Amino acid sequence: MTAPAPSKVSVQGVSMRFQTDGSPIEVLTSIDLDVADGEFVCILGPSGCGKSTLLNILGGFLKATSGQVLIDGQPVTGPDPRRIFVFQERGVFPWLTVEGNVAFGLFRLRPTEKAERIAHYVKLVGLSGFENAYPQELSGGMKQRLEVARALAVNPDVLFLDEPFGALDSITRLVMRSELLRIRRAEKKTILFVTHDIDESVQLADRVVVMSTRPATIRRIVDIDMTHPRDLSAPRYNELRDLLLGEIGLAHKI
Amino acid sequence: MKRLLPFSAIAALVAVWFWAAHHQTSGLFPDPLQVLLGLVELLRRGLLLKYVVASLFRVSWGYLLAVVTAIPIGLLLGWYRRGEQALNPLLQLLRPISPLAWIPISILWFGVGDVAAIFLIFLASFLPLAVASMNAVRNVPPNLLRAGRNFGLSNRRILTGVILPASLPQLIVALRISLGVAWLVVVAAEMIAVNSGLGFLIVDARNAGNRYDLVVAGMVMIGLIGLVLDVSIRQLEKMKALKWGYGS
Amino acid sequence: MPTRSDVERVLLPVGTAALAVLVWALAVRFSHTNVFPSPLRVLLGLKELLGKGVLGHYVGDSLRRVATGYFLALVIGIPAGLALGWHPALASAFNPVIQMARPISPLAWMPLAILWFGVSEAAPGFLIFLGAFFPIVVSAMNGVKSVPAMYLQAGRNFGLSTPRLLARVVFPAALPQILVGLRIALGIAWIVVVAAEMIAVDSGLGYLIIDSRNAGKRYDLVVAGMLLIGVIGLALDMVARRFEKLRTVRWGFQGESA
Repeated sequence: MTAPAPSKVSVQGVSMRFQTDGSPIEVLTSIDLDVADGEFVCILGPSGCGKSTLLNILGGFLKATSGQVLIDGQPVTGPDPRRIFVFQERGVFPWLTVEGNVAFGLFRLRPTEKAERIAHYVKLVGLSGFENAYPQELSGGMKQRLEVARALAVNPDVLFLDEPFGALDSITRLVMRSELLRIRRAEKKTILFVTHDIDESVQLADRVVVMSTRPATIRRIVDIDMTHPRDLSAPRYNELRDLLLGEIGLAHKI
Repeated sequence: MKRLLPFSAIAALVAVWFWAAHHQTSGLFPDPLQVLLGLVELLRRGLLLKYVVASLFRVSWGYLLAVVTAIPIGLLLGWYRRGEQALNPLLQLLRPISPLAWIPISILWFGVGDVAAIFLIFLASFLPLAVASMNAVRNVPPNLLRAGRNFGLSNRRILTGVILPASLPQLIVALRISLGVAWLVVVAAEMIAVNSGLGFLIVDARNAGNRYDLVVAGMVMIGLIGLVLDVSIRQLEKMKALKWGYGS
Repeated sequence: MPTRSDVERVLLPVGTAALAVLVWALAVRFSHTNVFPSPLRVLLGLKELLGKGVLGHYVGDSLRRVATGYFLALVIGIPAGLALGWHPALASAFNPVIQMARPISPLAWMPLAILWFGVSEAAPGFLIFLGAFFPIVVSAMNGVKSVPAMYLQAGRNFGLSTPRLLARVVFPAALPQILVGLRIALGIAWIVVVAAEMIAVDSGLGYLIIDSRNAGKRYDLVVAGMLLIGVIGLALDMVARRFEKLRTVRWGFQGESA
């Protein structure tokens, strides 16, 4: 199943080389990827393989050594509020309350509109009642909810999530995944989600892009053809999991 | 290119200094060249060496005395919560009292001379070191202490084998800061209470003839030596064995 | 119902202080000194100063001098520190100058201060400014330098221009460290004002100490003055610490003790 044209995000021949004290390190090689509008794509790979680098390039925080990224047909030259980055941890501003954080990108709005938006997104991510709390008073999961609310409040086209649940315990992670899907049903955005967790990718994504180790290329793109809600005990789920396990090259027994 | 920046900033400041000195009304403020010549004069008269040694002598004694008393006391106070609760408020009360405010008392007890100055330096260095040692003990991660107990270490062994090494990075920072304070205090003390040393030089050069070139020369020496002291102690911080205390 | 440790927390320091005062009184009694004052004499000395109306005057003068020098240091030092932290080139250029000037005791600037400002209020004010300036600049600089890159990235991501970024991300993120620098600078300012008053002016707590000794060996007033200096200095420090407890900056003080 190919992505319908024109793509929302188009990665064309992106390579990334870092200059270090010694010899240059090639982190990414010839990445080609097309993401459709509203699609949820997971970028899957072991730690250190360059997937975060790719996401940073897509977000405009790094410049690729070669190749280009087009979003809505426009080349990406720098960070932009139309595509918001969500970090793994400590991304929220500790000196602002929940409300303050959600309001952060809304400085161009009139006060009434601003207040409406804030209320809407605080409710959407499930933080009602915590409007005046500071991040240090929130749990890890709540902080990530806050970051998502802050990101959504500015109505971006694309969301980049860099292992956003990686710092949470596994139970909270499961909860947060359902929450993310629930939020997505309410407001559909194009999502690129970096993870090293195979289960996470099968549970969330429409397509999974499997990255190789460094220098990273795309090994394979796997369609996840399950409808939501996805049954974790269904045979198809396990088939897809095994497929991905195999792609990454991991054994099935411990 | 980057390496030139500090030099260009200094050069710019010296240039401004020259300009200011030649456009002043009082005619007493020295320009950089006069200061340099002043330094040379002090060197030739043997005063520079004599005064530097006097200042360093006082600083060393006062500072080292403070180090050997404040750190053990601070560590003990940090270890025994009761001790800290009892004495901390008293320490906090004494801390804001400028060491110089102790001058009349120290002259009363020790007369005018080196001992009074050393006492002031001791006072100035003791309090920050004691407080820092107390805090360093409190900040030792509890897991390290539990591990020590788990392996059956006695209290004394825990103090020397866990607490002291764990607190070392913070202690070294406190040592550096206290040395800086000690250097500031010795100069101030010498301006008021004794008849030799770099602080005395500054006051005397002005009083005995408005020799502002010597005043500024003295200030430059004070800055240089203070910097050397600071840099030397920073080398301690750089020792690999202690690097773990600085994050990353 | 106060717990045992609550009681201890109050009783221990009060008890120790009482003990210290007792030891002091006994030491004076048994050493037969006629000069060093007993605690009682110090108390009476304080009463005398209050009665003469001189105390409030001196305290006010010292505080006033601190206020002017400190305020200037704050107003000039914070922007300077922010600029140095934000532009690494500026920092490399000026850092050596700062490191060389820092070890020079503010008091050592006294002759120059008198030369430039005459024997006036401006001279001690200048010394206080010098003493407070360096910790403020250095802490502001370090505060900016240690802002996590993530915050800057997030700020740019939301479309903030550089001035907005500085005001809404860099400054709040650096604020905890700036506050620490401000508190330290206040402590230094208090120490410098007392020292400056011992040399260059004729009012204030520092002057009280020197004058009481010179004009009649009134050591009871000397010690009374010292205690006042300690108490006021402590009060200033506690006020400064209150700012560190505000929720907007408390996040920057996790795991700090004293």
